[in-house]
Amino acid sequence: MTTATIAPIPNDDYESLVKQNDKGQNALSLLVGGVHCAMCIQKIESSLIQQPEISEARLNFSTGRLNIVWNGALNKANEFVSTVKSLGYSVSPYNPDIEKNTMDNENRFLLMCIGVSGFAMGNIMMLSVGVWTTNIATMGFATRELLHAIMGLIAIPSVIFAGRPFFSSAFSVLRKGQTNMDVPISLGLVLACGMSVFETIRGAEHVYFDSAVMLMFFLLVGRYMDFRARRSARSAASDLIQSLSGFATILENGQTKRILIRDLREGMQIVVSTGESIPADSVIENGESTIDTSLVTGETLPRAVHIGDAVYAGTMNQSAPLTLRVSKAAEDSLLADVVRLMEKAEQGQAKYVRLADRVSRLYTPVVHILALSAFILWWGFLGASWQDSLMIAVTVLIVTCPCALGLAVPVVQVLASGVLMKRGVLVKSGDALERLALIDTVLFDKTGTLTIGKPQLIGDYNHAYLQLAASLATHSKHPLSIALTSAYKGDILNLTDVQEVFGKGLYTDYQGQMIKLGSRSWIGVQDPSMSDDLEIWLSVGQEKPVPFYFKDQLKEDARKTVGRLQDQGLNITLLSGDRQNVADIIASETGITSVYAEQTPIDKYNQLENLKAAGHKILMVGDGLNDAPVLAGADVSMAPGTAIDMAQNAADIVFMGDQLLPVSYTHQIAKLTQLLVKENFAISIIYNFIAVPAAFCGLITPMLAAIAMSGSSLIVIGNSFRLRRYK
Amino acid sequence: MSILIYLMPIALILGCVGLGAFIWSMKSNQYEDLDGAANRILLDDDVAQ
Repeated sequence: MTTATIAPIPNDDYESLVKQNDKGQNALSLLVGGVHCAMCIQKIESSLIQQPEISEARLNFSTGRLNIVWNGALNKANEFVSTVKSLGYSVSPYNPDIEKNTMDNENRFLLMCIGVSGFAMGNIMMLSVGVWTTNIATMGFATRELLHAIMGLIAIPSVIFAGRPFFSSAFSVLRKGQTNMDVPISLGLVLACGMSVFETIRGAEHVYFDSAVMLMFFLLVGRYMDFRARRSARSAASDLIQSLSGFATILENGQTKRILIRDLREGMQIVVSTGESIPADSVIENGESTIDTSLVTGETLPRAVHIGDAVYAGTMNQSAPLTLRVSKAAEDSLLADVVRLMEKAEQGQAKYVRLADRVSRLYTPVVHILALSAFILWWGFLGASWQDSLMIAVTVLIVTCPCALGLAVPVVQVLASGVLMKRGVLVKSGDALERLALIDTVLFDKTGTLTIGKPQLIGDYNHAYLQLAASLATHSKHPLSIALTSAYKGDILNLTDVQEVFGKGLYTDYQGQMIKLGSRSWIGVQDPSMSDDLEIWLSVGQEKPVPFYFKDQLKEDARKTVGRLQDQGLNITLLSGDRQNVADIIASETGITSVYAEQTPIDKYNQLENLKAAGHKILMVGDGLNDAPVLAGADVSMAPGTAIDMAQNAADIVFMGDQLLPVSYTHQIAKLTQLLVKENFAISIIYNFIAVPAAFCGLITPMLAAIAMSGSSLIVIGNSFRLRRYK
Repeated sequence: MSILIYLMPIALILGCVGLGAFIWSMKSNQYEDLDGAANRILLDDDVAQ
């Protein structure tokens, strides 16, 4: 079937996106795709600069953003866009939500602080080499005082400027009457600088400006790396957001119009041409094509789609134009949900995160007490000078920061969400993964979960009967009818006046005879069938009815998935509403030994309760309406993306695509995540157990403490990144 | 040692110049498009007439 002839699709209207800059010129930001090399930059920029009205055309290679500034008419915008397009690049409106690699404020702020403290550190180091390598006899009192004073002059403004990340965080949390990791750091910096100033004024021998500034520098570097690690885990979502910007073609009263994807609403009719991304979740009204779902599900094999199929925003239409009816506006699309889920998961109040927060909160008062007692011990009892005692106290403050504890969980969780999302698995709550790691039993639903959910015609049939059956079946949307029609490749007879009896079958008159296609009981077949396949029967007039058999194909990786889960030591059970013999066949094909068939939804729920009462931790994987209560009641539940909405809402984890392997993959990632979290905790605890006594005994200088602390944070982050390498 | 009275300010001023250059480069957005800058050196711009 071809789409009705429609008017040529008008060009995108970029005029509406033009803004005025402060000099009164026209400015437009575009996103250019397909820029891969230096020549691309030159081609695009020079072709635009050549135009007389343009005063500036600059392409940001890292992000693909093209800024054009020109004087003159607004509608030149479309000309410029077509110029770039004619060079062979794709152009879309620049979506300000994506700031992938550009400097945002926090990035810039941290870099500035690092720069200033680096400058201070270098210069003070230069001066302190002089002070530390000689003594007052050689140098003279005045020189030493001068050097101290200059060190102070460099250090104080630098600490005030570059210490802001720590000071502002500590201040805001102290005002609420709590403490966080930045409080000891700030205290340590203030004490070290304050004491050094005091000593300089007094004309004493040792000052510690160098320690203070170096400590600040290493802490800032550690903080910057932590910041970058968190950001890189998020960039997976920005690729998806990009697909939400741009234009879509809608059909309004037979006319086509280009509007922004953001303005699409439910019920609108849209046209998606070959090679275009599908702009919103919709249902196919006209056309047949193949869809590349890799952006959303990670699957590289394209999926064939027909009228009535649902397609999702962000996927690409490959073979033929399609006419679609929007079912969800852009912000409600699955894609937008994915991004929101990701953000929610990142901030999720998972059990371990809460634990780490609690520990941090308890930790800091303990740290302060430890530092104070170190000071008192050394100064009061061990006879050290108060300066030395103070520096030991500062070292204790710095070295015991529970940064590693604070990082141990969030980094791993963010990375896990990112890794899973790349495989098309959406984790809805932070602790779903934690619960998943603890399960010992898996309950599988059959239809739509272990099987593809689409019956297929099997066996050979008389062509005439098949033709009749298919001709009747085209008038029905029943899954078996659709399967029959798609299996039949010949000509369809044009039957008129076909009546459908819902749930039973179809009938009509043809060449003087009554033809019926429907369920066994409706057709009136008497012999009990030994066949266990899905079936419908065709009866022509008074002839003996002819059966057609269908099989619901098992997902090709079902057996492998079950095998992998069993290797992990899990008990697998099949729960199905289907007949016993059908369920048994599926069970034997997948290697499942425990089967409960002919289960009503209540039965399924009772099975779940029994298992829970016996102390098992259960994962439920299901897709249908009758699974929803079990999905909600299980310890953790997963639903395939093809599941009905209610099942997806009830499940903790949704996996896209037609494969079952994501179930075992997610389970393994969950276990690895828990392992890494535990390792991170262990690293933090061991580090503190070694570092704190060492600092207490005066074995560590403040600078070494800073390096050690940043080092432990980096080790924890590095350990977490092992998750990324898991295949 | 009296040479220090000249050397110190010189060292510090040079240090400040370095810091100032760093801050200027950050403020003028030179860190925004690092890959682009790396690629642009390969381009032959026609010499402006």
